[in-house]
Amino acid sequence: MENRATIQLKNLSIGYRNKSGVKEVTTNINASLNSGELTCLIGPNGTGKSTLLKTLCAFLPKLGGEIIIDGNPLESYSDKEFSKKIGVVLTHRPQIQNMTVEELVSLGRSPYTGFWGKLEKEDREIISNAITQIGIEPLKERMIQTLSDGERQKVMIAKAIAQQTPIICLDEPTAFLDFPSKIETMQLLKRLCRESKKTIFLSTHDLELTLQIADRIWLMQKGSLFVGTPKELAESGNLSAFIEREGITFDKTLLRVNIRK
Amino acid sequence: MFKRGGKLIILVVLILILLILNLLLGSVKIPVNDTLSILFGDRSNEIFSNIILKSRLPQALVAIVAGAGLAVSGLQMQTIFRNPLAGPSVLGISNGASLGVAMVVLMSSSLAGVSLSRMGYVGDAAISIAAIIGSLAVMALIVYIARKVKGNVTLLIIGVMIGYLVTAIVGVLKFFSSEEDVKAYVVWGLGSFARVSGDQMLLFVTMMILLLPLSFLLVKSLNLMLLGDDYAKNLGLNVSRARTLVILNSGVLVAIVTAYCGPIMFIGLAVPHLCRALFKSSDHKVLVPATMLAGAALALLCSLVARMPGFEGALPVNSVTALIGAPIIASVIFRKRRESDGE
Repeated sequence: MENRATIQLKNLSIGYRNKSGVKEVTTNINASLNSGELTCLIGPNGTGKSTLLKTLCAFLPKLGGEIIIDGNPLESYSDKEFSKKIGVVLTHRPQIQNMTVEELVSLGRSPYTGFWGKLEKEDREIISNAITQIGIEPLKERMIQTLSDGERQKVMIAKAIAQQTPIICLDEPTAFLDFPSKIETMQLLKRLCRESKKTIFLSTHDLELTLQIADRIWLMQKGSLFVGTPKELAESGNLSAFIEREGITFDKTLLRVNIRK
Repeated sequence: MFKRGGKLIILVVLILILLILNLLLGSVKIPVNDTLSILFGDRSNEIFSNIILKSRLPQALVAIVAGAGLAVSGLQMQTIFRNPLAGPSVLGISNGASLGVAMVVLMSSSLAGVSLSRMGYVGDAAISIAAIIGSLAVMALIVYIARKVKGNVTLLIIGVMIGYLVTAIVGVLKFFSSEEDVKAYVVWGLGSFARVSGDQMLLFVTMMILLLPLSFLLVKSLNLMLLGDDYAKNLGLNVSRARTLVILNSGVLVAIVTAYCGPIMFIGLAVPHLCRALFKSSDHKVLVPATMLAGAALALLCSLVARMPGFEGALPVNSVTALIGAPIIASVIFRKRRESDGE
């Protein structure tokens, strides 16, 4: 199956609207996300990574341009329809007491369940498959508040899998994790892309990990967005411009960050 | 131990036991046999049947529906504000009721020249209506603000501020009122399951029986809201509409209970904590029925304690609910802290 564009951004401008007016963060964004690809959004703090992600997930209204999701403009989706297109995993962790892992993953079925949220046999199968796919069966009966950050992140990813959306957006999924968990989470997401042809889009600060594992990189810098495979962005010099400074160099051929000791 | 269904059944049994105790215990000793025969239609002993049918049974029924309403309202507030200290009074809705009552009780004599505190039945009806109008007015204001502001914390703070404002206005009203009227207002504020009787009691219980089941309609929304607004929206929930509906549901329940029983504290705050600890669940499919049953049971217990021999109905319900409620909240929160420290 050919990888196809699931999200297209045309002349998109993003930012915030408040009483004193409109604050544009980035304008004229033209890019697309493809199914079966892991796309990582990187860039310095304050360049609007989070704003872009929130705009794509419909948490923030766009300021201008177009967001096309699966062929239709984002505004044309109702909350319910949209919840079957994009599943999100956020940085902040929900403060929930007394809810088991399985119950939380089950909430991923909400867009499909009826008025009372009753789970059918098919829903239960999907939930159990999501739990197996992420490899968290041993945690199934555990309460959310007893999990480590890494485990909790996996549970939220399993929720997104149970939601059965073609697209999953994650806001800094590796931020609070220890190094092995970071790698494990990224590998897991990469595997999901390949196995289920999902479009996975995430923001991250873990540069070296991103360079090794991402299919495509969106680099936000100084109000512009540069898109390409890690190799392409290395050759174009964009990555060097982002990474290199006093004491830090970037090896374009090996895609490695070197620190002068 | 017991499965969730079993625990719910235990709560029902507990309510039945407390109901029977409420009918049996009181200042006048009425033998069990006589109580039963009165319940089954025997009117031969007029004094006994009056006490049972006009005092103890209505009081118990009022306690059951009021306790259930306050508890489920507290649960809804705690969930949408994700705040363990939220309760029915937190949005200023019960303060609104106080304001309505204060207006009527304290201002009627100075403005219209009638003292409601001396008017008995008509006065009681006027107080209930004033309380409902006051609390619904505050609730309308809160719902209006809820649609404007995004953050829950903002809304919570506004609710608390409305509470302070109302307390201040009531303070001013009190200052200019006669001692007798102030006393009538203070007595209303102490809370009582015995204040309503006769037709009004029937009206109150009927309204609550019609309104309480509506809480079940919001179960799915409440479960999603546990995850936070963003996750809830991403799972297809219209967050602002759901929030408005929950505030409406919860607010109307509090408004009506407060109108007929006065501001009853602590049940709405304590019972949701008790149920979460008891059922080890945050699923509202379990918690909504659980809080209703536990709220009814706790209210019956409080009403019983308030009528214990020696106190003779002199003990205001609010003192009892606080005496029982405060330790419950403290112990639940203390135990939760210890659990999370242990991990």
